Amino acid sequence: MLAIFDYKAGNQTSVHRALEHLGIPNKITNNPEELDAAAGIIFPGVGAAGQAMDELHSGGLDEVIKSLIWQKKPVLGICVGCQILLDYSEENDTKALEVIPGECRLFNSSWVDYENIPIRVPHMGWNQVELVKECELFDGIDPDADFYFVHSYFPAPKEDFVIGTTRYGIDFCSVHGRKGLWAVQFHPEKSGRPGLKMLNNFYKFCLEDAHAE
Amino acid sequence: MLSKRVIPCLDVRNGRLTKGIKFEGNVDIGDPVETARRYYEEGADEIVFYDITASHEHRGIFLDVVEKVASQIFIPFSVGGGISSVDDMRDVLVAGAEKVSVNSGAVKNPDIISEGAERFGSQCVVLGMDVKRVKKSESIPSGFEIVIHGGRKYMGMDAIEWAKTGEALGAGEICLNSIDADGVKTGYDLKLTRMVAEAVTIPVIASGGAGTPQHMVDAVTEGRASAALIASIVHYGEYTIPEIKEYMAKAGVQTRTIW
Repeated sequence: MLAIFDYKAGNQTSVHRALEHLGIPNKITNNPEELDAAAGIIFPGVGAAGQAMDELHSGGLDEVIKSLIWQKKPVLGICVGCQILLDYSEENDTKALEVIPGECRLFNSSWVDYENIPIRVPHMGWNQVELVKECELFDGIDPDADFYFVHSYFPAPKEDFVIGTTRYGIDFCSVHGRKGLWAVQFHPEKSGRPGLKMLNNFYKFCLEDAHAE
Repeated sequence: MLSKRVIPCLDVRNGRLTKGIKFEGNVDIGDPVETARRYYEEGADEIVFYDITASHEHRGIFLDVVEKVASQIFIPFSVGGGISSVDDMRDVLVAGAEKVSVNSGAVKNPDIISEGAERFGSQCVVLGMDVKRVKKSESIPSGFEIVIHGGRKYMGMDAIEWAKTGEALGAGEICLNSIDADGVKTGYDLKLTRMVAEAVTIPVIASGGAGTPQHMVDAVTEGRASAALIASIVHYGEYTIPEIKEYMAKAGVQTRTIW
């Protein structure tokens, strides 16, 4: 079973629907026992980093997710769930979870894309990921596949943690983490077949990981 | 590199897919859930639904459509039509839409944009604009005026100014519809599209007038749009979405090719 970490993040039901479609057993929960029993955890998120952290603090859920990560429970952070794994976000001047060293910064609409046209903020739509490291999440996914992004702030983790980058004005880090703790800035639950494949890859990893223990 | 989006637009009335010309003479052309799923499988980058049901009492039928769509397609979709309060926005987001489009509701009460952005995030809030060409005047210096009620009511608001206001209030995207071009398939209003796209930094979706794939190329190059909305051109089978994308790619436009 995969747990979808419940802290009232806007996209948790979208993630749930995608997992249902894939036939992956799942539950939206913030119950520590259920989270502990899950093979892996999806840490979703949309909206603002500040609000997300407030929501996490209010129920002591920040400590719950952190302790699961320290216990090496497989975790997949999505969008804001990806950003707040870092130390800090410029959005609402937010101290974040400090699980992965680095911070989250605002796109600058004076940066230019191809043909010298300024980028639009938010970065909204389909874009590609260039892997700088191998990553099990991308197994069997065409390297030219696009993923759906919608965000105004981008992760900037310490270089050792960069797994994939995406070009938008600059090459920003769109996938970061380490084996078993992955964070993606895009929305796999809304990225068509390649995104669904990624969720399946995560589930497969979780099952093998649980088996290996 | 960010791909330019191709977005089929589905008008839904009483739970059925419908299509009119210049907002009139709507005919039933199928089941919206089935059609949305087909477009998803054919590579649509996003889908837009408009509830054009006349009465509020049929709202439940529409929300039911939204829920069914959400469990079957795994790309973003937005919902608009008749959104006049933050509660209306919440209803469609809870039903599974990523974004909600406010149009006449925002013209009448601009605060709905800021309230929606604060509560659900800017990325959820699309400002839908219906625009008609008019003679330039002191109140409409651009010669593009905001209209509501399917183009029947002129609001005395300049479209370019309204786009900037919408952005300042927190809209995350603009869906820009030319009523003059709607349904006549002679191409998007490129002048309008470019003026709005250059006035704001949020993404702009060009809408109204798509008749050939070249029109979509024009919208995202000359018009500077981030996406092109299409309706008749695909609903009646003149072109398929893969054909459109292949044409755009050959014209040098970055599109999503794997789905």
